[in-house]
Amino acid sequence: MILTIAVREFKSLFLSPLAWSILAVVQVILAFLFLGRVELFQLYQSQLLAMDSGPGVTEVVVPDLLGNAAIILLLVVPLLTMRLVSEERRNRTLSLLFSAPISMTEIILGKYLGIMMFLLLLLALIALMPLSLLAGGGLDFGMLFSGLLGLALLLAGFAAVGLFMSTLTQYPTVAAIGGFGVLLLFWILDWSGEGASGNGSLLAYLSLFNHYKPFLEGIFDSADAVYHGLLITTFLAFSIRRLDADRLGG
Amino acid sequence: MPPLNAPHVYTPYRDSIRELMNNSVLVEVNRLSRFYGEIQAVKDVSFTIRQGEVLGFLGPNGAGKTTTMQVLSGNLAPSEGSITIAGHDLLEDPRAAKAAIGYLPEQPPIYRELTVDEYLDYCAALNRIPRKKRIAARQTAKEKCGLQDVGKRLIGNLSKGYQQRVGLAQAIIHLPPVVILDEPTIGLDPIQIREIRDLIRELGKDHGVILSTHILPEVQATCDHVQIINKGSLVLSDSIEGLARHMKSAALTVAFRRRPELPLLEKIAGVNSVQSDGNERVRILYSPGRDPTDDVVKLAGEKNWGLYEITPERMSLEQIFVELTTDESPQEEVHT
Repeated sequence: MILTIAVREFKSLFLSPLAWSILAVVQVILAFLFLGRVELFQLYQSQLLAMDSGPGVTEVVVPDLLGNAAIILLLVVPLLTMRLVSEERRNRTLSLLFSAPISMTEIILGKYLGIMMFLLLLLALIALMPLSLLAGGGLDFGMLFSGLLGLALLLAGFAAVGLFMSTLTQYPTVAAIGGFGVLLLFWILDWSGEGASGNGSLLAYLSLFNHYKPFLEGIFDSADAVYHGLLITTFLAFSIRRLDADRLGG
Repeated sequence: MPPLNAPHVYTPYRDSIRELMNNSVLVEVNRLSRFYGEIQAVKDVSFTIRQGEVLGFLGPNGAGKTTTMQVLSGNLAPSEGSITIAGHDLLEDPRAAKAAIGYLPEQPPIYRELTVDEYLDYCAALNRIPRKKRIAARQTAKEKCGLQDVGKRLIGNLSKGYQQRVGLAQAIIHLPPVVILDEPTIGLDPIQIREIRDLIRELGKDHGVILSTHILPEVQATCDHVQIINKGSLVLSDSIEGLARHMKSAALTVAFRRRPELPLLEKIAGVNSVQSDGNERVRILYSPGRDPTDDVVKLAGEKNWGLYEITPERMSLEQIFVELTTDESPQEEVHT
């Protein structure tokens, strides 16, 4: 049942030009950044080789690419998630789901899974860029996959936040702005804590960015994975509660 | 002597017992109330729907029709009271209860970007129809709603009437015992209205149907049973025949060829007063339950007045409706 809703969400994304244009724009921008980075590596390749334990091509290209991808997708994911629930509420099609023999949890998980399918597709397209370097040499697969796993977890968190924002309103644009605001706030939380002690370290701990960086450096810390897991479950649980409140409230 | 439970023993009530079982209660609403904050949209409403029954839910705008429909379909939680659908409590066992409902809200819940076939397949899947049976289910629903020719078209490009039919097809695709229709003929042209009404009557043969409307003839045309709701409370619950009886007021209009003697008419037992229009036509008002038709005819025969027309006056449904929904409001305001 979850899968039925997920597949329909996934398909309906491609019925509008939104999904296509997002895939295209993200790919073009990231390809540009990727090529710039590869060029940089080529420029300094001889010097890097001369260094004792100098960075390889993976270390130069991948963290930078995935770091940029995270920032671009922070802007893009709210655009994808904004219409998940709000548009159905606006078009009064939610009652189709409400009067079918399915639970609120199934509705939310179905919609979440649908958007995750799309984001994983996007991730696969991004992964193709570093993988293309295999044509000219080797890669540090451990680092690459750690980075991709980090990005996948990050996107899953983005999608959960975006989905929750979409359950709050019937205006997709409001959901997009809200989602964007919350994500950006999570991202920059540690800026305020810079230099300060006490409070600052807590805020820094909550920041999404600080839990993404280790993945890019090839460090898989289970605490970071748990942080993302918690973020996702919290916002999914909020979404289910909010949708249920539609039925209870007036 | 044959044993009592032998199959060939004649049981005179077998047919009526089967009928009783077929007439099983599908929906039981018990003391339902619903608040929106301070406002009570539905007040202590109870009713039942049996199989093979079309229940008309009648009321002016804002009477609580849609709220009741939404609560019945599981789109809104009741503030108080219980709802049992096909033996399952809607709150305790929502999945089983909702599987037994098909719901068409006021605005059909259609996805404009899908084709009719895609949409109906999705609805079939949502209602847990096994994959193998989905195409057959879709085909049957399309046939019932006259959608055979538009299967490949985008719903967004269809006319309002066809969109309404798609919504109706969605509500019956899983052959639910209970079909809930919220103002199903709104915004349709007269031909489409007639078609949808025929369809509803057809559905009423083997499903239980609840239909909300503010159009009075619609109830007369399609329903077996009628409930009138006003300001959240049921003010009338009766069969269509019962409603027709309600509509008879205690008056006769009689036309004679020759001018009758009014005092003689007034003397007939049960007659309260006689009004004449100055010509040969009179209006006879009588006490309820003491219909003087026979006596009037007899008297007219004896006196050779040449009676050629006698009609019991009927209140229109509109009049009953107005009477039921406005009479009580001043009292209510006194109480609050």
